[in-house]
Amino acid sequence: MAEATHEEVHRHPAPKGFIRKYIFSLDHKVIGIQYILLALTAVVVGMVMSVLMRMNLSWPGTKWPIMGTLFPTGAPGGVISPEFYLSLVTMHGTLMVFFVLTTAPQGGFGNYFLPIQIGAEDMAFPVLNMLSFWVTFVGFIVLLTAIFAEGNLTVGAWFSKLGTSFAAGSGTVGPIGGWTGYPPLSALGKIAGPGQGAGVNLWIISIAIFCVGSLLGALNFITTLLNMRTRGMSLMRMPLTCWAWFTTAILALLSFPVLLAGGILLLLDRIGGTSFFIPGGLFVSGSLVPLHNGGSPLLWQHLFWFFGHPEVYIAILPGMGATSHVLSTFARKPIFGYRAMVFAIFAIGMLGFFVWGHHMFISGMSPYSAIAFSILTLSIGVPSAIKTFNWLGTLWGAKIRFTTPMLFAIGFVSVFVAGGITGLVLGQTSLDFFFHDTYFVTAHFHLVMGVASIFGMFAATYFWFPKMFGRMMNETLGKLHFWVTFLGVYAIFVPFHAMGMLGMPRRYANFGEYEFLKNSHSLVLFVTVAAIITVGIQFVFYFNLFWSMFWGKKASDNPWEATTLEWTTATPPPHDNFAGVVPTVYRGPYEFAVPGAPRDFVMQTEPEAVEVTAELGDRSGNGGNGHKH
Amino acid sequence: MGRALGIAIWVITILSVLMFVTKHWWFPESISEHGPAVDHQFMITIIVVGVSFAAAQIGLGWVVWKYRDSASAQRATYSHGNNRLEVIWTIVTAVVFISLAVMGQRVWASLHLHAAPPGSYQIEVVAQQFAWTFRYPGKDGVFGRTDPSLINDEGQNFVGLDETAPNAKDDIQVSTLVIPANQPVELILRSKDVTHSFFVPQLRFKQDLVPGMKIPVHFTATKVGKYEIACAELCGMNHYKMKSYMLVLPKEEFIELTNLPPAQFLAKKDELLAKYQLPQY
Repeated sequence: MAEATHEEVHRHPAPKGFIRKYIFSLDHKVIGIQYILLALTAVVVGMVMSVLMRMNLSWPGTKWPIMGTLFPTGAPGGVISPEFYLSLVTMHGTLMVFFVLTTAPQGGFGNYFLPIQIGAEDMAFPVLNMLSFWVTFVGFIVLLTAIFAEGNLTVGAWFSKLGTSFAAGSGTVGPIGGWTGYPPLSALGKIAGPGQGAGVNLWIISIAIFCVGSLLGALNFITTLLNMRTRGMSLMRMPLTCWAWFTTAILALLSFPVLLAGGILLLLDRIGGTSFFIPGGLFVSGSLVPLHNGGSPLLWQHLFWFFGHPEVYIAILPGMGATSHVLSTFARKPIFGYRAMVFAIFAIGMLGFFVWGHHMFISGMSPYSAIAFSILTLSIGVPSAIKTFNWLGTLWGAKIRFTTPMLFAIGFVSVFVAGGITGLVLGQTSLDFFFHDTYFVTAHFHLVMGVASIFGMFAATYFWFPKMFGRMMNETLGKLHFWVTFLGVYAIFVPFHAMGMLGMPRRYANFGEYEFLKNSHSLVLFVTVAAIITVGIQFVFYFNLFWSMFWGKKASDNPWEATTLEWTTATPPPHDNFAGVVPTVYRGPYEFAVPGAPRDFVMQTEPEAVEVTAELGDRSGNGGNGHKH
Repeated sequence: MGRALGIAIWVITILSVLMFVTKHWWFPESISEHGPAVDHQFMITIIVVGVSFAAAQIGLGWVVWKYRDSASAQRATYSHGNNRLEVIWTIVTAVVFISLAVMGQRVWASLHLHAAPPGSYQIEVVAQQFAWTFRYPGKDGVFGRTDPSLINDEGQNFVGLDETAPNAKDDIQVSTLVIPANQPVELILRSKDVTHSFFVPQLRFKQDLVPGMKIPVHFTATKVGKYEIACAELCGMNHYKMKSYMLVLPKEEFIELTNLPPAQFLAKKDELLAKYQLPQY
């Protein structure tokens, strides 16, 4: 609980100058917006790359006019080369996973709303918070540098002077080893092919920097949530968003250090002559690799996926939180099974640490451990199913208001089920004989960690935009954005399953080499058209976002008639969030449709006078007045 | 809006389910002993998946349709949930999912928890960027010694065979995998440079080839014919065309081939490769 002493410690005066206010700000709200802007930038680059990939897959050999000028080596005459395609694959994955799905949900919305929702003035460590953003930003710049180092001959020549392991300018837009960067391919340097020089070094450095930024952020989130809740804000009265951000922060705290260590070891293998991941006796590109001995390629896979699997939940949990929050608000109904939702989030987070091996069934790892990983993997389906059940339960008997955020929250439930359920297929060792590294996998993780997370963030954006900018986003454009995106993502990713059924391997620059992929042409083309339309409609979202910031309809303090603390303060919130008033919380976060109450929602700050009797409606002990349980 | 969204969700559900039900895009034919069991396990799984998917989506579509805001002043139902339903739901899904998980280990265990059956024919598979080499022990049935320093791709010594070693003389290095039908085959998988993955869709089999490791795997092919081998682990720029063929021969034809001295083996293999056709897709 926040005691008076804490208030003193965390208080910092509102900044006056532009730089301290908007650039090196200590205000969690500004930092949150900075994270969101970073994600909005990264996602455009990632989307453009995905469209280029689709164009290459559907119309291989086409001379794309601008490409030839921009990348004379990687796309000679405008024809996208296989190595250029693979660098797009790598950078698309890296940008999306790290700089979009990890930054916006947690660093962005978490930063902005966690302190407000628990009634705090700011994060526990404002300076650390500022650093975590700027460290992440540096990571982003380093990743962009990788694109130029490999893609631009002039920049490449400059890097090449740093030594052989920094050889650059291969014409690609970065490394070609995929976002998982499996060694030895990623460890051997130039001899392993194009994009394997400075591109990989910068890629590793970027991710290592990102790890540091995320760690700083995670420490801050955990401390803030545990120590700075306002009067009456018991853990079981927190909005589910806070539970999601809290669990995500714990996952980040425990998983990013492992990736950081792995990244450092990989970099040492590349530039320090060590052999953590490179075994002896390799024969690459016509010659022996003399200097390395004794390393294990599987070690990297273990370290990477020990991080990589929790990372999936780092991306999706905040989306789950936002979805629960938005669903309850626009269903005008308390969340169904608050306690079960909290336990399920925690169960998903914790189980997420014991399943990394399901990425490695066919890697050469012990087949016995594969069985253990497999059974643990399918058991994650249980808490996921609990969440789905409770979302449906929340809508049951509701009085749904179909605002744009609500549409995206409902869309989240739909795509989360669609994407998550195929985990039952992929989590089985016996079925991985066929499905491992096919488009079935690509379909699964894009729907469940990509699209679902993004739907959560769209719901969050449309929902909180009025609080953040004092204006409403345009509902007509929002609905148009929802409909095209919702139908579009299904049109893209459902056919991926069909490709997977044919056995189509991922990360192929061209499907024309194989007879068994012959029947996929119509699917590939269909997906490309759907992808171009779906990416196109995102610019309506961008337009709506930036237009509404300045010309949107003015928002009141609580336009959605919601209950949690962010809606009790001014719009946008003042520098210290509550203008010096410490809010007091009297009830759980989702008190809608309370019988006997004057309105159909009761704010968390409304005192006991309108408290309902316990036997009315609350049969389960689920957080109606969580503090007393 | 509620009606439209409900209908949209139902239509998406129906189309997605139809895509699997019609089997228009489906597994290629299965040609291994364990293949039908994999396909069977997939059928059970996809039914569970399909039913859960459809139930959740149809339910979602229904609540969205049914509980859309109406003009009436009546409020939503005030309920915080139902612990009994939670418990029932949790137990049911736990039982179904864990049973599925346990069943899903059967084929895996049958192949990976047992050594290759006696009488398995051993072939070494060596992957490199972006080609496959298959080594046969020759008439003596014993592989000769190899050493990475003896690798000479131009000289057709892809695996680094020590020609002076005993047992090495009759070893055969060939770019096509030729195996007997209805006899267990043991592949010893290794890689010279980076990680690759051996994948034949019809075999329902995939295994990474990891530098520094020798990974023995075994299976039995049951249908004579010619099939494509694909690399399924990103291995560099030409990953997409790291392709070879697998010939499954009648046992007698296979024995005849493997008894030939290296040069004739290779000639005969080319002849067979031309003779057999890929399946119709």
